[in-house]
Amino acid sequence: MAATASLSRVLRARLTPLIVLAALMVLVPVLAPSSFHLRVAALVWIFALAALGLTILMGYAGQVSLGHAGFVGIGAYAMAIGPARLGLDPLLCLVLGAVLAGMIAYGVGRPILKLKGYYLAIATLGFGVIVALVLHSEAEITGGPDGMAVSRLSLFGWRVSGALNWYWVTSGALLIGALLALNIAASPTGRALRALHDSEVAAAGTGIDVGAKKLAAFVVAAVYGAVAGGLLAAMNGLITPEAASFSHSIELVAMVIIGGLGSVFGTVVGAAFLVVLPQMLTALQEYEQAVLGLLIMVFMIFLPQGIVPSIRAYILERLP
Amino acid sequence: MSEFLQLVFSGLTVGAIYALIALGFTLIYNASDVINFAQGDFVMIGGMATVFLMSAGLALPVAAFIAVVASVGVGLLLHRFAIEPARGASPVTLIMITIGASIFIKGVAQIVFDKQFHSLPAFSGDAPIPVGGATLLPQSLWVLGTTLGLVVALYLFLEHTLSGKALLATAANRLAARLVGINVTLILAMAFGLSAAIGALAGVVATPITLTRYDIGTLFALKGFAAAMLGGMGNPVGAVVGGLLIGLLETFGAGYVSSTYKDAVAFLMILFVLFFLPRGLFGGRSVERV
Repeated sequence: MAATASLSRVLRARLTPLIVLAALMVLVPVLAPSSFHLRVAALVWIFALAALGLTILMGYAGQVSLGHAGFVGIGAYAMAIGPARLGLDPLLCLVLGAVLAGMIAYGVGRPILKLKGYYLAIATLGFGVIVALVLHSEAEITGGPDGMAVSRLSLFGWRVSGALNWYWVTSGALLIGALLALNIAASPTGRALRALHDSEVAAAGTGIDVGAKKLAAFVVAAVYGAVAGGLLAAMNGLITPEAASFSHSIELVAMVIIGGLGSVFGTVVGAAFLVVLPQMLTALQEYEQAVLGLLIMVFMIFLPQGIVPSIRAYILERLP
Repeated sequence: MSEFLQLVFSGLTVGAIYALIALGFTLIYNASDVINFAQGDFVMIGGMATVFLMSAGLALPVAAFIAVVASVGVGLLLHRFAIEPARGASPVTLIMITIGASIFIKGVAQIVFDKQFHSLPAFSGDAPIPVGGATLLPQSLWVLGTTLGLVVALYLFLEHTLSGKALLATAANRLAARLVGINVTLILAMAFGLSAAIGALAGVVATPITLTRYDIGTLFALKGFAAAMLGGMGNPVGAVVGGLLIGLLETFGAGYVSSTYKDAVAFLMILFVLFFLPRGLFGGRSVERV
C-alpha cells in the first residue's frame, strides 16, 4: 500500500523525468558499449534536445511549428561556416549560432505568431523551406547540396572526439536542456504559456501579455534547435541542407507528439523511437519507409496522447 | 512582351495543377476539418500508375481511368482505416496521421513502382502553338482544360445534386447534417474519394510536363497547401485563385528574379499575404469565441 502510494507520488513529481533520464544515460554505455550504439544514443540525445524546443513551443504554448528544422539548420551551419570561413572558435560558433537563431526567431516570430492553427503551420513551414533553400543554393558559402565539412569541437582546450566522449557531451547538453524545460514549465512563464494554450482571450484577460509570451517560447525553441544543430554538425563532422529540410521538421514534430505532447521525458522517448527505429529497419531495406509511415499512423491513431502520458495514465489509474 | 506572355502561360499551367491540389485539400478540410498531407501523393499515384499501365500496353484513356480508380481506392482506404478510427483527435494528431499516411504511400510506391523519374508522352503532340509571339504547348491546354472542367463539374455536383448538397451541409455543420438524416461518415468517405480522384487526374495531365516519381507528392502537397491557405482555407474559389497565383508568382520569380529561388518566392509571398490578411485572400475575419 505504502509502496503504491509512493510510486504515485514519484510519477507525479517534477524532477522524476530528469532522474530517470540521468539513470538511462549512465546505463546505456554499460549495456551497449559498442561505438555504434553510443553514436546512435548520442543522436537520440541531440534530436531530443532539438525536439525539446518544440515541446516548449507546441506542448506548453500550443503553437504549431512545421519549420523547426530551419533553426537546427541555422545552428548547424553556424558551426560549419564560422570556423571554416571566418576562423572562429567552434565553441563560440555554437553560442553564436544559438544567438543568431534566437534573433531570427525574434524577427520572424513577431509577425507570424499572430497567425493561428493551420495558418501558423503554413507560415512556419514556409520559413523552414526558405532556410533550407538558402542553405541549398548559396553553394559558395554553404557548399550547396553536398554540404560541408565541420571542424572538431573543442571545449576549453579539450578536443571532443570518439563515440564515448560525444556520448557524454550530448548527454550533458540534453540534461541541461531538460532541466531548463522542466523549470520553464514550473515558472510563471510556463503557467502563462499553458494558460494561453487553453484560451488566448482568457489568458489576455488575466493580464498575460500573450504576444510576448508566445514570442518568448518561439525564441527559446529556436535556441534549443540551433544548439542541437550545432552539436549534430560537430559530431558528424559533415552537414548537408537535409538538416533543415521539411521532412526533418516533420520528424521533430512526430517525436514530440509520439512521445507525448508537452512531456519532457516523452520527448526523449519520441526521439529515441524515431532515431532508433530507422536503424533497426535498415534490415528491411526497401520496406523501411512503408513501415515507418505505418508505425507513425498506428501510434497516432491508437495512442493520440503519446507514449509516455498514456503509460503514466495507465499506471496511475491502477494505483489505489 | 512575348517573354511576359510566355511566363503567363507556364505560370497558369503550373498554377492550374496547384489549384487542383488545393481544391482537394479544401474538399477534405471542409467535410472533416482534416488537412490531408497525402493529397500530393494522389497526384503521384495518378501519374505513376498511368505510366506503368501504359508501359504494360494499355491505351492512355484506359490506363488513366484505372489510375484514377486506384487513387480513389487509396483515398477511401485512407479515410476508413486512418481518419475514421481517429475521429475527434486534435488537429495536430490528424496532421501527423496524414503525414504518416503520406510516408507510407511513398514507401509502398517505391516497392510497387520504382525509384526512377518517369514521363508520359504529351497527349496531342509536342508541336508548340504560337500565340502572340509566345508559344503554348498543347499539353498546357490539356492541363488548363482539365482544371476548368473539374472546377465546373465540382461546382455542378456541389450545387445541383443531392449528394453534393449533403456534402456542403456536412461542411457547414456536421451535427445538423446528421440530424436531418445525412450519413455523415459516407459523406466524409465521398470527400476523400473525390479529392483522390481530382488529385490523380491532376497527376495524369501534369506528368508529361512535370515528370513523376514516387516522392513527388511532398512538394505538390506543400504548394497545394500553400495555395489553399493563400486563398483562405476552406474556400473553393480561394483555392483555385490561390493555386493560379502561386503558379504565376513562382514562374515570374524564376523568370525575372532567380530560378534557384522559385520555391522561395511562393513561400515568401505567403508569409507576406498572411502578414496583412491572416486568414488568406478570401477568408473571413478572424473571430475567437470564448
